[in-house]
This record gives sequence, structure tokens and C-alpha cells, in this order.
Amino acid sequence: MIELIYSDLCNGCNQCVTVCPTNVLSAGTDGVPVIGEQSACQTCFMCELYCAQDALYVDPDCEQPRQLNPRLIRNSGLLGQYRRDSGWDEWANDPRHANEHWRMDGIFALARAGK
Amino acid sequence: MNASYSRTLRLDLRADVLIIGGGLAGTWAAVAAAREGSRVILVDKGYCGTSGVTATAGPGHWWVAPEGREAAIDKRLGTAYGLADRASMARALDTTWRSLPGISDYYSFPRDEQGVVQYRGLRGPEYLRGMRRLVLDSGVTILDHCPALELLRDDQGAISGARGWRRQAGGDWQIRAGAVVIASGGCAFLSHLLGSHSNTGDGYLMAAEAGAELSGMEFSNYYGIAAAGTSMSRSMVYTFGDYFDAADRPLPISQGPGFTDDLARALLQGPVYCRLNRVPQDIRARLPSVQPNLMLPFDRHGIDPYRQRFAVTLHAEGTIRGVGGLRVMGDACQTSVPGLFAAGDAASREAIAGATSGGGAQNSAWALSSGQWAGTGAARLARQRAQSQGRLYGLSLANKPYSTNPRPRLDSAALIRQIQAEVHPLDKNLFRNGAQLERSLQALDSVWDAVRHGTFSDDNPLRARETVAMAATARWCYRAAEQRRESRGMHQRSDLPGHDPHFEAHLRVGGLDQPWSRRDPLPQPSLKPLPESVPS
Repeated sequence: MIELIYSDLCNGCNQCVTVCPTNVLSAGTDGVPVIGEQSACQTCFMCELYCAQDALYVDPDCEQPRQLNPRLIRNSGLLGQYRRDSGWDEWANDPRHANEHWRMDGIFALARAGK
Repeated sequence: MNASYSRTLRLDLRADVLIIGGGLAGTWAAVAAAREGSRVILVDKGYCGTSGVTATAGPGHWWVAPEGREAAIDKRLGTAYGLADRASMARALDTTWRSLPGISDYYSFPRDEQGVVQYRGLRGPEYLRGMRRLVLDSGVTILDHCPALELLRDDQGAISGARGWRRQAGGDWQIRAGAVVIASGGCAFLSHLLGSHSNTGDGYLMAAEAGAELSGMEFSNYYGIAAAGTSMSRSMVYTFGDYFDAADRPLPISQGPGFTDDLARALLQGPVYCRLNRVPQDIRARLPSVQPNLMLPFDRHGIDPYRQRFAVTLHAEGTIRGVGGLRVMGDACQTSVPGLFAAGDAASREAIAGATSGGGAQNSAWALSSGQWAGTGAARLARQRAQSQGRLYGLSLANKPYSTNPRPRLDSAALIRQIQAEVHPLDKNLFRNGAQLERSLQALDSVWDAVRHGTFSDDNPLRARETVAMAATARWCYRAAEQRRESRGMHQRSDLPGHDPHFEAHLRVGGLDQPWSRRDPLPQPSLKPLPESVPS
């Protein structure tokens, strides 16, 4: 579930409020979005993908909230991982993050052949 | 966060075609209706571009060159067990083949090492982001965070629009339209299937309130693997998996048609663990650029899935990867109600999948194709129809309570848990038998009675509707499963193994306070003998 919003990284664009398909976030009074109904989060990571500031962190536990250390997460290099690996925004022309989704067919075939 | 629901702050709009749902089927429907020259409005309960199960996944399509189609269709007819038809399959393949290259300005199709453009598989987030842009460029109005709460009909009994809630802006909306397309997705009852929490059967409920029929609802028991406690139901990497019990003894779970049943049996005995040590090194390095979200749960929980074992689970996929949905007829995916069309997972996919989930590739091809067929059909109907100017009638059951006496306040969360307790467990839904289906139906009838005698709080009218929709959908699924007194395709009953010629038929269901079912025999006996059912 969505756990962390880094107010110093956030630029207040509220794109995450707009794109969240289950309406978990809302615009805060100080410009930084706030997590409203956390239990409605479906852990789809879409807010992270659309956050060009990498100011959000979703924990993969979809069943219950977790107590996280924001500083540790920030230093872990995990912020923005999904957006970078997807080759969005500033990563768009980086060959290391080209869209290789088409390799799925070959990977399936390899798995079957390995049996 | 939710804004208030009030009928005093109304957004009142008109359109030729109203599309309810902005996922894969809804966006293709909107594009097709706009192509016909219609004024189109698309409403999404969330955000068109991230809502639904396509946006979070990586849909392959049923993508077959013309010369390979006959063989592809024959193969699929083999697992449809009589309930699909060749012409619909050919039409879906053709529509898919012609459509995908047309969105090249909106999705950057990669090339493989030989320079061949790869159209078949798309990344979900980029696909739906592109479809949103295409929808907007087609002149369609998109209303995000505007869940539909009920359909509207006119004096002649035709569907003429819908009404709903502006959950971020506040107030409600009403759209008067010449035709409506339901593209609200399937229903997995809030399992943790990735991206499925907006798919709660709302469209089935709205359509059934208007009198629409559903079909194939017994084929709704597909399950997909994920790391336990996560929503990451992307299955590709599990084809390399080795599986173990709590004592680290290897379990006989292998890829192939029996995979889900084998895993389910093991899970009913205790925890099951997976290790992915057979994934080749070069593929490990590439996985983030093949499926960028796949590794997020492992990386973030500090698990090395190639060395360490991790617990796995099965998430129910309901009618999402299951087959059932609104019964659609003819070339335009018309429901049994005038003015109402359905597409994608909201519609029954029996025409191309029959009694067995076609898997993601057929689903995507169906969403893309049925979306365009329904959008085109709705646009043409709206053009012929003089738009009604008169009074519109809301069709929500909530307008017709069982009693007007003070009614008990309902707890949505508790009701949803009761519904899930019947439809999620493997030993109730995947492995079926008549006695258990009867017990589940009784439990679901109690939920329904509670829903109809009580009242929901007003602060989230969508959650109230979702709860009612899931209760209704669960009852249709199990009523159809109970009525199909045989085993066929994905519907396997231990008390009735094997086919019964009496059930060479489609099962239709419908009704809310009085659910009903009907057996519609196939128009002609099949010319070829049916393959034997796969034992479960």
C-alpha cells in the first residue's frame, strides 16, 4: 500500500491525486497530497509511475500497512525504480531502459523448453 | 479522498454515446463511436489511463497472421467445448490485426533484434496512457473519478443515459445519451489481483437493474499465482518456478494445464514456497525492462527470489480472466435491453472462449474488438434514435427498498468479507461440488437479504453500490455453477465429472431479488465430437 510521501521532493502537481484509480490521495492544504483511505489502495504502483519527482513510495504489502523508516527507504535507491525501469520521462531515450516487453514470448518458450 | 454526494450540485450533460468505464474495452469503444461522428462522453470511476486490469499489466493480444488463423481457431475451439463460434473468433482476430498498427502514433511499438515491429504484446501503463490520448484526440470528453451509480431509461423503456457521483469534484452528474456502452470490467471480488479493485461488477448490477441477462457466469473460477501478501500477479516468471512445502520438500507442481489445480491442492494442505533459481542469468538482468513492475515486491522486501524461497498464493480472478458477463448478441454487442451495449470483461466472452478462460491474449483481443463493435453499434443506434427529451427514470434498486421503516445501518466491509468468504476459497470455487454450491448460495442469499433490508451510510455511495454489485455477481456465478450439473471447461464439479449432452447449452442468469436461470440449447448440434473434458 501507499506509505510515504516525501514533502520535500513533492512539487505539489497533484498528478498522483488525479491518477490514483481508487481515489486514495487528496490535495493537502500545504500543497502536498495526503494519504486518505489507505485501505482502499490496491498496490498497483501507478502513483509512483506518474510521479516525475519520485516523491512517493508504495510498499508491496497489499494486506496491511507497514511501519517504514522514510530515511532508510530514501537511501535505498528504490524511489523512482518503477518509473526508471519503465523508461518514462527523462529515461525515455536511455537504451538501458528500452521497452523489451516483446521478449515475453521467447522467455515463455525458454521456460517450457527447459522442462 | 471522497467529496460529498449531493443532488443539488448537478453536472448535466448530453451525448450521443455514453461509455461507462475507461479501461481497454471502454477506450476502444470511445474511439470507435467517435469515428462514426458521435458526440461521446466516457466516464471512469477512477482515472482513464490507470483504471482496470490492463493498465497495470502487460497485455499480449491474440495476434495471428491471416495464414495462421484457421489453425489458431481450431485450437481454441478444442477448449471451448462447444460454447464458442468460429465466426466470432475470426472476427476478433481480424479486428485485432487491423487495429493495433493504427495506434502507432500513441504507442511506441518496439522492434526486435531483426528490426521487426512487435505489435502483439504491449505494456499496460503505456498502452492505456496512449489510449487516453487517442480518445481525447478523437474529440471524446473524459470524466475521471465519476463513477456511474445507475442507468436511466426513458418512457419507451430504452436506456437513455446514466447518473453518478463526482467523487473528487463533489455533487452528482447526469448524462442523457442516445445509447450506453457498459465497459466497466469484470469482477474479482476485491481479491488482490493486480489492478482489479475498480472491477467490482458495477456494470452487471446496473444492466441487470435494467433487465439485462448475463451468460457464462459459471465460468468464473480462474486463479492466478502471486507472491503471498502482494498484488503482483504477473505470472511469466513462475514458469521457471520450483515449489516446496514448509519442510522444503519438493512439491509435484509443474507448468502445464494442471498447474493451478496442483498448486491449489498444495495450498489447501499448507503454505507453498517457490524458488526461481532456474531463471537464466541473462534473463534476470533483462526482467526489469521486460516487466518493470515484476521485481518491485522482491526488491522492496529484500528477497532474492533466485536464491531464497518465498511463499506464493493464488488470487481469484472471477469474471476478469473468467468468461462470464453480460449476454451480448449480434455484431454490435447489444445486450438484451434496448439502447444498452456491453464490451470487454463486462460482456460474456463465450463467443470466442467458450467454457475455458482464453487467458490474457484472448481477453485483450476481446476487449479491443468488442469495444469497437459496441462503440460502433451504439453510435449507429444513437444516430437513428430521436433523442428523448422527456422524463428519465433511475433504475437503481436503492430506489425500491424492501421497506421504508427505519432500516439497520449496514457495514460494507463486513458484507464484503462475507461475500469473499464464499467466492475466494479454493475449496469452494475452484474445486466445486453441488452441496458446497448450495451452502454458498444460502450464505449469499443472507447477504442479499441484509443488503435489501438495511441502508448504507451516505458518505460513499460508490462503496454501497460496489457491495451490492458483488453480492449480486456472486449469486449469479454460483447459481449458474449449481445449475450446470456437469463438468465442462474450467467449471469442474467433483460430484458431476464429465460432460452431459443436456448441457450443450448456454446458461443465462439474471434478476436481483428473484434471481433466475435459463438453459439455452446451442442452435445446432456440433458437427465434430467434443474432446473429453480435462480431469481436474
